[in-house]
Amino acid sequence: MGLLDRLAPRKNEPDVRPVGPASGPVDDPVFATKALHKFLQTLTSRELPVLLDLGPVVGSNVSYFGEQLGCKIFVEDIFADVDRHVRDGKLDQFAEFLAKRFPQADGEVDGILCWDLIDYLDRPAAQALATQLTRVLRPDGALLGFFGTAAPQDARYTKFIIVDDVNLKHRSYAATRGRQAILLNRDIIKLFSGLRVSDSFLLKNNLREILFRKPA
Amino acid sequence: MEKDIVNIGKSVVIKGELNGSEDLTIEGHVEGTIQLKEHVLTIGPNGRIKAQVFAKSVIVLGEVTGNVTASDKVDIRDNGSVDGDIVSPRVAIAEGAHFRGSVDMQRKAGGAPQQAAKPAQPQAAAAAPQQPAAQPAAGAPQRVGA
Repeated sequence: MGLLDRLAPRKNEPDVRPVGPASGPVDDPVFATKALHKFLQTLTSRELPVLLDLGPVVGSNVSYFGEQLGCKIFVEDIFADVDRHVRDGKLDQFAEFLAKRFPQADGEVDGILCWDLIDYLDRPAAQALATQLTRVLRPDGALLGFFGTAAPQDARYTKFIIVDDVNLKHRSYAATRGRQAILLNRDIIKLFSGLRVSDSFLLKNNLREILFRKPA
Repeated sequence: MEKDIVNIGKSVVIKGELNGSEDLTIEGHVEGTIQLKEHVLTIGPNGRIKAQVFAKSVIVLGEVTGNVTASDKVDIRDNGSVDGDIVSPRVAIAEGAHFRGSVDMQRKAGGAPQQAAKPAQPQAAAAAPQQPAAQPAAGAPQRVGA
């Protein structure tokens, strides 16, 4: 089976379209993603890829990565950790927590789905997270991150549900804190100084999509 | 032919090794190891498990802390919770379920307890929002090249 045969065919669909009844139980918006396809290619180039997902567990994503791409998946819901620290009034310790949070060995992970997590973190926590993600990512591995470019609004997180390799469904849910700040490109690059930017796209929904790679 | 199903009630607490050759539903508390190699284990909504689990299929409606190995399928239903590593060729996780750990669908499931993966980490705060259950297939990615 060829590498690209394991991925869904590319679709020429608009960036935003309504979700039909067959697509899901609720009207979650669907957005085109330009970097996901390349991220998936990184995974499928490995025999038994290891994926680290920093978002809440999404059953269909687990099935997709596990059954279709043959990944071993680590689900580490950092958004839940944020909520717990907010509730406990220990947000000032979050950077320290993140520095010890990941049990994965150095270079163990082939791909990381960071989603838009960085937007919800204070700068020290974001830096601690970026350092840990850089540590666990193998050389030539990929990290996919989304970064808001619009002013922070209400406190909602987003679940990203993979429709296919070029479309993501967004489903928002309650959060204990909102996005903290808009990061400039240079700030993002500085955070992930151990990685290089492979691709960067500004999507129509005002998310900046960045695919990082760890230098070999 | 009628299928045998055994129930462990809400008030029952078991510590140790639980082996069986029939389907089992647990509503009580079990700590240790559970082995139902050829059968279905159901953790009911009241079930609280701190154990390494080995079964043909595992359906979770309650709470499991520990690694789960199934030769057929692991199904975490709405409000079900698993903190641990899952090894099974098929895994379904409903919207509203909680899961923390790793999922490995490639490794051959059904190993002996002593071959189990590392013990699960202590449970983190419940994370998943409580939303209506969705079929795992709902909104599922397109499957191609299978």
